[in-house]
Parts: sequence; C-alpha cells; structure tokens
Amino acid sequence: MDKSFEPPVAVRHGVVHFGDRAVLHGVDLRVEAGQAVALLGANGSGKSTLIKSALGLVRLSEGTASLFGTPVRRFRKWHRVGYVPQRLGAGSGVPASVREVVAAGRLSRRTIGLPARKRDKAVIEAALEAVGLADRAKDPVGTLSGGQQQRTLIARALAAQPELLVLDEPTAGVDAASQEALAAVLADRVADGATVLLVAHELGPLAPLIDRAVVLSHGEIVHDGPVPEPAGVHADPGHVHVHPHAKEEERLWT
Amino acid sequence: MDLSIFGYDFMMRALVGALIIGVAAPSVGVFLVQKRMALIGDGIGHVALTGVAVGFLMGTSPVWTAVVVTIIGAVAIELIRERGKASGDIALALLFYGGIAGGVVLIGMSAGKSNANLMSYLFGSLVTTSPEDLRTIALLGALVTVLMVVLRPWLFAVSQDEEYAKVSGVPVRALNMLLAVTTAVTVTVAMRAVGLLLISALLVVPVATMQQFARGFTVTMFGAMGLGVLAAGSGVVVAGVGDLPPGAMIVLMALGLFVLVAVVTGVVKLVRRGLRRKRPRPAGPSVPEPLDCTLDKAA
Repeated sequence: MDKSFEPPVAVRHGVVHFGDRAVLHGVDLRVEAGQAVALLGANGSGKSTLIKSALGLVRLSEGTASLFGTPVRRFRKWHRVGYVPQRLGAGSGVPASVREVVAAGRLSRRTIGLPARKRDKAVIEAALEAVGLADRAKDPVGTLSGGQQQRTLIARALAAQPELLVLDEPTAGVDAASQEALAAVLADRVADGATVLLVAHELGPLAPLIDRAVVLSHGEIVHDGPVPEPAGVHADPGHVHVHPHAKEEERLWT
Repeated sequence: MDLSIFGYDFMMRALVGALIIGVAAPSVGVFLVQKRMALIGDGIGHVALTGVAVGFLMGTSPVWTAVVVTIIGAVAIELIRERGKASGDIALALLFYGGIAGGVVLIGMSAGKSNANLMSYLFGSLVTTSPEDLRTIALLGALVTVLMVVLRPWLFAVSQDEEYAKVSGVPVRALNMLLAVTTAVTVTVAMRAVGLLLISALLVVPVATMQQFARGFTVTMFGAMGLGVLAAGSGVVVAGVGDLPPGAMIVLMALGLFVLVAVVTGVVKLVRRGLRRKRPRPAGPSVPEPLDCTLDKAA
C-alpha cells in the first residue's frame, strides 16, 4: 500500500464516441483506494462504457484514463486489477471446465511460458471455494446456470488477488443464492482493503457494501454521493424484488 | 493384411510424416475452433497455392516459399480480423480467391508446367516425401506442437475471452499473430500429406470429435492430438495396403472417428436418460415431500 495516494481508478473528462454518437460526454470519475463505488443508471446511460474505458478496453476520444496513477495505455501491473465482465466470452466452441476458466485469471501473475507454481494452484482452488463452486470445478462452464457462470467469472477475477475489483452488472439475471454469494465475497474483499467499482441496475443484497453511488444518465454524471433512496413502490421496505428485469426499474435511477 | 509395402523407405517416411502432422494440426486447430475460425485453415490453404507457385517459378523448394507466402497471408487476415469491420469478410474472400487464382496462373507461367505437380499440392502426395521433406516436416511440426502445448494457458485465455485476456496483461496481439503464423506453417506442412483442399479437416475434425464428449479444454486438446495421430496412422496403413490415396484416406479416417464417437455418445446419452426414467429418484425417506417446504428459500 505504498502508493495508496494514487487513485485506483481515475477518468478525467472522458469522452467516448461510437461512430457519430457520443456515449460519454466528458465524465470525471475518481475512485479512491478502499472505496466501494456503484455506477448506477438506465440501460444505455454509458455505465459499462465508462468502466471499459477506465480499463482501456474502450478508446477515449478525449480525456484520460489511469489505473493506480499510471495512464491505462502504459499500465502493466494487471494483477492489481480483477475484471468481471457481464458474461462469459463468446468463444465457447470448445468445452472449458470451470477450473480452466478460473485459472485464466491467474495469468496476470504468471510468467508467460513457465508452468504454474504451487501457489498459483492453491489460489485458484481458494477462489473456487470462495464462490462455492469447488464441487463444480471439473464441469464445463456451458452446463452451469447463469448465476453459477457469473460466480465463475468472479472467481476468475479473484484468482489474480487484485486490489481493485471492477464488475460489470454482476447481479443482472443472477439467482438470489448467487447474489448472496457475490455479496459475501465482495464484503470479504472490501474488509481486506480492496477497492470495488461495480456497475449495477439494482443493488439488491450488495447495497450495504456500497459507500458511494455515481449515477449516470445519457453519458453524464447526475449524482455522486450516498446511494439514492429509491422512490415509489421501491421505497417500501416490504417490497420484494422478484422481478429483476422489470421495465419500470429502468428509469429508477435517472 | 499385407504390410510388406512398409518395408520400403518411402512408405515409412510417408507414415512418420503423417503421424507428425497428425499431432501438430489439431494442437493448432483447437484454438482456431475455440475462436470460431474453424474454416481459416481452408482460406490459408488457398493462399498457400500462390506460395507453391512462387516456388515453382523461382525453381526453389515450394514448401519454403509457401511458408513465407502463407505467413504473410495469415498476418494480413489477422490484421483484418483485429479491425473487426464488417468489410473484413469481403477482404478475406478476396484474399482466398486471389490465392487460388494467383497460384493457378503462376503455375501456368512456370517452366515444367505439369498439372500432375499441381494436383500433388491440391490433394497431397505423401509417398513422394523425400528425406529432406521429412526433416522439414519434423522440424516445423515439433516447433508448432511445442509452442501450442507450452503456451496453452495463454492461448486459451486469448481464444476464450480476448477482452479479459487484455486486462490480464496477456500479450493478446502477439499471441494472435503467433497463432496466425503457426496456422500458416501447419497448413504448409500438412499440404504435403493431405493436400491444400483437405487441410482444414486435420485441423478441425479431431477437435470436433473430442468436443462431443470432453468436459474441458485440456482434455479436448490432447485428445484431439491423439485422434489426429490415430487417423493419420490408420489412414496411411489402409492406403498403403489397399493402394489408395493416403491424404484422402487420412481425412476419411478422421471423419469415421467423428461419426463413431457421435454414435457412441448418442447411445450413451439415450441409455443414461432411459436409466434415469426407469429408476425412481433416490429420495431419502419414502415419505412424499411436504408441500409447504418447496417455496422461497431466500425469503
């Protein structure tokens, strides 16, 4: 933690264009070490684009992005970052076991061409254990439920033992048990001093972890501070979220 | 079965060459299938024809000119793919047809214009493998196989989820280029065995066979390499005994293995399903589940 004054994530005046359409209009986002930040907003508000540009996966047409104080183009210490994409990559032509997918997360700490060390294997097993998939390690990921696939991706990110976790909609389309498992894993990482940046549609069981919410609307930040209170029927404490994809919620945070 | 033909050196060279290609081709093919680029071998095969023709024209070994031309072609394809533009498809088509047409015209221009020679590159000519050819096959085949096996975790990461590989610090671009180059090398090496028109079969069919029942990537890869050896070996033996074209025989053997595995896995699945239906589920006590315990574990 020698460089704890360097923000794990910093995007300055980030502008992103897809073709002629601007998706982000000069967004500033700075996440301090140890923070747990939720990026909220409707579909198409630019949440995923923002985290992808913070990681250098989407090119900024203006502005800068840096990780731990290093411009993302020159950033090399990828073992400090654990990324959880929305879903498993499309390359599913050949079967891959859960353990094989999780092991890919350890590559950022391995030297290319050299065999895995004992420590690498132990960390991979621990990551599988942490998300409750140790008993499914040999199964092909394609046979898992959506929630279990999501947990596989989280275990893959954990395998790098990162200081920063970036999660893209980790709760979307995930069963309640997997959401609880995710919340437990994240709580554990946050307690360990890790930084968390996640994109969400609704926070669900993650809400208690989050100490700052950034709300995006049409590519601009419209709120930055405590988690906004849900309005209407969602404010009712007895309200149960049994409809994770209901249309009415899309405008909830805007 | 009369195996006396294998007493001849040329037949042994054919067999050894085929076995090496049988191991090497699926080790590259598994990554191509995972990237959903199973047909890229065909395209590179088309380009290789121009390389062969350049060799004829210059009077040098066609294998080495083919290696150079296919590497250039494969790198061009990778650059087009990387851009990810819709026009990439068309660009590939242009490259492939250009490869075939260019090859045929160049061969027509070269001195000893014999069509038999062209045919041997289109459909393979294992039995004419010279000791020098065999050395080339062994060297390149071993190089490709060792690279694919040693770099397997990294190539797996790139082929499975390129974005994630990028944020893991995996050298995505270099590995994609490496895969393109090894594909080109494999295609030119395998061209001696099965011919340019059948190369993709050796890259892809053993992988597709394993895919039907394997549960992991490593198993698929090594299993496919084993099946490649099996198909190559049995293909050459059957062709030698029956006086049939070995290249095509190898491919038929690979396809035969695919069908065999498809039938066996199909039967196994049916039997399993049947067993499950017949046998009542092993519920602990025979008391039926009380109705009120089935809902809302989370609530």
